[in-house]
Amino acid sequence: MSLIFLFLTFLFSKISYSSNKTLILGTTTSVQDTGFLDKIIPVFEKKTGYFVKTIAVGTGQAIALGKKGEVDILLIHAPEEELKLVKEGYGLNRKTFMYNTFILLGPKSNPAKIKKDMDIVEAFKKIAKNRSLFISRGDNSGTHLKELSIWNKIGINPSGEKWYQETGTGMGQTLLIANEKDGYTLSDKSTYIALKKTLINLNPLIEHDPFLKNYYSIVEINPEKFLKVNNRGAKLFIDFINSIEVREIIKYYGKKEYGEPLFYLVDK
Amino acid sequence: MDILIQSLKSAIKLLVCFDKDTYDIIFLSLKVSIFSSLISGIIGIFLAFVISIKEFPLKKFILTFINTGMAMPPVIAGLLITILLWRNGILGSWNLLYTPTAIIIAQTLLATPIILGISVSAFQNFPDKFILQLIGLGANRFQLLLIMLRECKLPILSAIMAGFGAVISEVGASMMVGGNIKGYTRVLTTATVTESSRGNFDLAIAYGIILLFITLTINFILTKIQQSSVKRYE
Repeated sequence: MSLIFLFLTFLFSKISYSSNKTLILGTTTSVQDTGFLDKIIPVFEKKTGYFVKTIAVGTGQAIALGKKGEVDILLIHAPEEELKLVKEGYGLNRKTFMYNTFILLGPKSNPAKIKKDMDIVEAFKKIAKNRSLFISRGDNSGTHLKELSIWNKIGINPSGEKWYQETGTGMGQTLLIANEKDGYTLSDKSTYIALKKTLINLNPLIEHDPFLKNYYSIVEINPEKFLKVNNRGAKLFIDFINSIEVREIIKYYGKKEYGEPLFYLVDK
Repeated sequence: MDILIQSLKSAIKLLVCFDKDTYDIIFLSLKVSIFSSLISGIIGIFLAFVISIKEFPLKKFILTFINTGMAMPPVIAGLLITILLWRNGILGSWNLLYTPTAIIIAQTLLATPIILGISVSAFQNFPDKFILQLIGLGANRFQLLLIMLRECKLPILSAIMAGFGAVISEVGASMMVGGNIKGYTRVLTTATVTESSRGNFDLAIAYGIILLFITLTINFILTKIQQSSVKRYE
């Protein structure tokens, strides 16, 4: 038995020495599911010799990992939570670098009679009043937090209502469920565009309300709070995200495949 | 129906064209699952041997515990190992979270009770008198284990097959402790999840087909070994 453990420790020790050249990036499913990270991470790795471990979870979980010092840097989209993180001293040098929009999608039958020129608050009011099926992420992700902030604005707590169902899964899965069950749902636009071809029952409804802007930021995790945080790597990654090379990638990413870019740059 | 035919085509294409990403994923899946079932096999069979030949207090209680462990959900195993391996956690200095080794550890935790549980029942079926006779003839513990293993070959190999089947098909633990990192800790099951949430259902099913094909091959080999010495009495 002890032999086995000896052998295992040996196996582990081989891997652990290189950790100072490893960067752990906590991020959201939307940048992963759209393939955006697969595009930029290899460029960063080639340039710096770093190995990036991308942990794509919901924004809520990513922030929780950040507060434990389990990741070195966050790429997330929940501005209020990010500010809180910085204020509490866990996060540093928050930088918002790109955006797209959230979009309200609904079934072709449109039982709540939502019109494209409504603002999002009015649309949510109609859904609640009509008790139309609404499919929520329910996973504390950036999109879920955005959705909750809209319910909050109209003073409704839909949790537990029969017409309100929480999936507890990623955006892709939630869209597929809304598509199957003919429900309304709030999505980030990039995931919707990437999955559009399979979502035949869903119509895009509201996306131009300024409240629906979806900002993506990077936040360093404070190395003074956690000894093991690789801040050097995090700083390199921020420089990389702000480089002209990446800004060019963001500008055109998805344009060829979907006819429109998936993300837009935030002015420096 | 279309999508199934399309998926079968993609699966064959990925395999025949030696698609590098796919082969990386396949080899990693095989590596971690074979490793973890081997480690679990050694630990499980050894413990089963000790438990079945020795009498000690709380034996029934421990057996109940093991049998419950056979039903341990992969996510729970994953969560436990994640918390242990967090870099600010108890074993944080090992720097193992989000590595293939972490997947091996979590899968070992999953497979050990399965192999242990089945092996215990196999060994306990072994006639007591035979054991006494062997000891009487001067067999030491190690010789006893070897003979019992040879006699219980059938159920022991079933135990290993069950363990391997459990770990190569689980997704929860690999996702959590491995992090599903492309080219590093992405295995067949987590790749299936990723591709289906990207809406690439044909690719997702293609990975599923490859997974089944691999388990079929491995089980074919193991079954062949298992059945090679079966005597039939007609």
